[in-house]
Amino acid sequence: MTASLLSISGLSAVSDREGGMPILRDVSLSLERGEVRGLVGESGAGKSTIAKALLGILPRTVRVTGGTVQFEGRDLLTMPARELRDIMGAQISLIPQDPQTALNPGRRIEAQLTDGLRLRRGLSSREAHARALKLLEEVQIRDPQRVLHAFPHELSGGMRQRVLIAAAFALEPKLVVADEPTTALDVTVQKQILRLIRDMQKVHGTAVIFVTHDLGVVAQICDSVTLLYAGKVIEAGATADVLQNPKHAYTKALMAAGPRYDRPDAGLEPVPQAVFEQLRAEIGIR
Amino acid sequence: MAENLLTATGLEVIYGGRRGVKVLHGVDIAIRRGETVGIVGESGSGKTTLGRALLRLVDVSAGSIHFDGREITHLPEAEMRPLRRRIQMIFQDPMASLNPRHTIRRILVEPLLLHGLAKNAAEAEARVAKILERVTLPAACLDRNPHELSGGQRQRIGIARAALLEPDFVLADEIVSGLDVSTQAQVLKLLKGLSVDLGLAMAFISHDLSVIRAVCDRVYVLRFGKVEEEGACAEVFANPKSDYTRILLDAIPLPEINPGWLDPKTGIEDAA
Ligand SMILES: Nc1ncnc2c1ncn2[C@@H]1O[C@H](COP(=O)(O)OP(=O)(O)OP(=O)(O)O)[C@@H](O)[C@H]1O
Ligand SMILES: Nc1ncnc2c1ncn2[C@@H]1O[C@H](COP(=O)(O)OP(=O)(O)OP(=O)(O)O)[C@@H](O)[C@H]1O
Ligand SMILES: [Mg+2]
Ligand SMILES: [Mg+2]
Repeated sequence: MTASLLSISGLSAVSDREGGMPILRDVSLSLERGEVRGLVGESGAGKSTIAKALLGILPRTVRVTGGTVQFEGRDLLTMPARELRDIMGAQISLIPQDPQTALNPGRRIEAQLTDGLRLRRGLSSREAHARALKLLEEVQIRDPQRVLHAFPHELSGGMRQRVLIAAAFALEPKLVVADEPTTALDVTVQKQILRLIRDMQKVHGTAVIFVTHDLGVVAQICDSVTLLYAGKVIEAGATADVLQNPKHAYTKALMAAGPRYDRPDAGLEPVPQAVFEQLRAEIGIR
Repeated sequence: MAENLLTATGLEVIYGGRRGVKVLHGVDIAIRRGETVGIVGESGSGKTTLGRALLRLVDVSAGSIHFDGREITHLPEAEMRPLRRRIQMIFQDPMASLNPRHTIRRILVEPLLLHGLAKNAAEAEARVAKILERVTLPAACLDRNPHELSGGQRQRIGIARAALLEPDFVLADEIVSGLDVSTQAQVLKLLKGLSVDLGLAMAFISHDLSVIRAVCDRVYVLRFGKVEEEGACAEVFANPKSDYTRILLDAIPLPEINPGWLDPKTGIEDAA
């Protein structure tokens, strides 16, 4: 049996900013090659903290107190910085949430897309240019030549998000971490972007960790899902199982809280206080 | 027509002077007393501009606006002022509209005194205590500053502040888009309850059609500064007449597995 692509085991962390408050509590999850896993939970649940741990960019004020993050059998948490640098961007890459700030405003798209190709994959400028063009075509940008020569502010939010997706897949990483990549976008643009991520993921056989708070997005793009509350895994499993047959009262309550245009009389039920009390008791929060 | 509280016909708004960009191209809208009307559309379609025009916060270059039977299109600010109490607004980011240096007590008490709705501080405090209970916030909130509250709590303060002034009309612009689903459900339920209790008319701006369906009686679908479709929610959602409305509906991911949802549907999406 070959090891999973990614295996997080017993990961615990505290926030030194909030007086040692636990922010991840014994989190375990694994990801196979080519799998798309959703990471959901309310604000502050620890989704981005897990994403940052995968990318080796945990802030100094977050302290890991236990556990391992194995990528292809090697622990990212204890790996020498040099080896970590070789992996980040090349084997594991990020699609960030905010397309407005994620690109360098002072550099043309071409420079930002080709840096990694030249410096890390050893492509010539010509080869890198051709590859960048191809990538922009793959993310359905109609006029890739023009976009290569554009500065970020000359592109719409949806276009910028496409460029960031192209950049995330540029070096053919094995794992892409997408931290709420569509939260800032219109539903119509969101759908196009979700389709792109799915298509790129399929074409390149990439595994994806997809951070979102929207169970609808999970249903459409994730093979499996992990639900967090206060840094603790509350429920995990295949998407179909979790959505059709939620086991935990919190998962059920979340399903009942979201309004649905197709069922105007359902939804809009806040998570009952009793469920929060049950969660706190289970997790051991006073 | 006395039944309509707020009506606008042929509204046009141009940003940036006479040679600027026209972003509303002749919008007609009518909001009856006690009715909640949704305004939906993509980013940049003109939702916020329409809301601000109805409230006379941006000038219109054509069209007319009537509030409670009276034309207010070009009413001078001095004559608008007595109407301002009756027309309230709740924003997406309550932080931006709540003075960060003031306590919640001051934020809620001051407008009551300013508009003469309470004779003295004691009376104002009593009203504030009552509304706080209505929006299910502990009295301890009163001594905090806005940044010491959670997003959902701040949004409830925004609602409380609007409701305290006993308005006839409230404009709510994307007030739940930053909140998680449970908090969103709480805030929407509260707003719905209040609008019934106080007989409020509301314009509810959102890009989320599921939210609109949950709280609105009628909906206006805006596109490129024009009304693309309008009607009772039950009608429009069951039977959208415009392809554009259909595309907006079809773009909402529902929390159930729908193989093929992501596959391109030939033709219609290109219209978006
Ligand atoms: N730089 C930091 N230093 C210390 N603690 C932090 C830092 N950033 C976040 N935290 C804390 O870690 C916890 C988890 O935050 P995280 O950003 O992972 O949540 P999230 O699930 O991504 O939420 P959101 O949906 O709001 O993005 C929170 O309690 C937060 O206050
Ligand atoms: N103060 C302004 N000056 C110039 N142009 C503006 C101004 N405010 C908005 N616009 C432009 O007017 C158009 C409509 O904007 P508006 O903010 O009304 O859209 P919206 O539907 O509320 O969008 P969103 O969903 O992003 O809030 C956009 O093209 C916008 O760029
Ligand atoms: Mg986050
Ligand atoms: Mg707006």
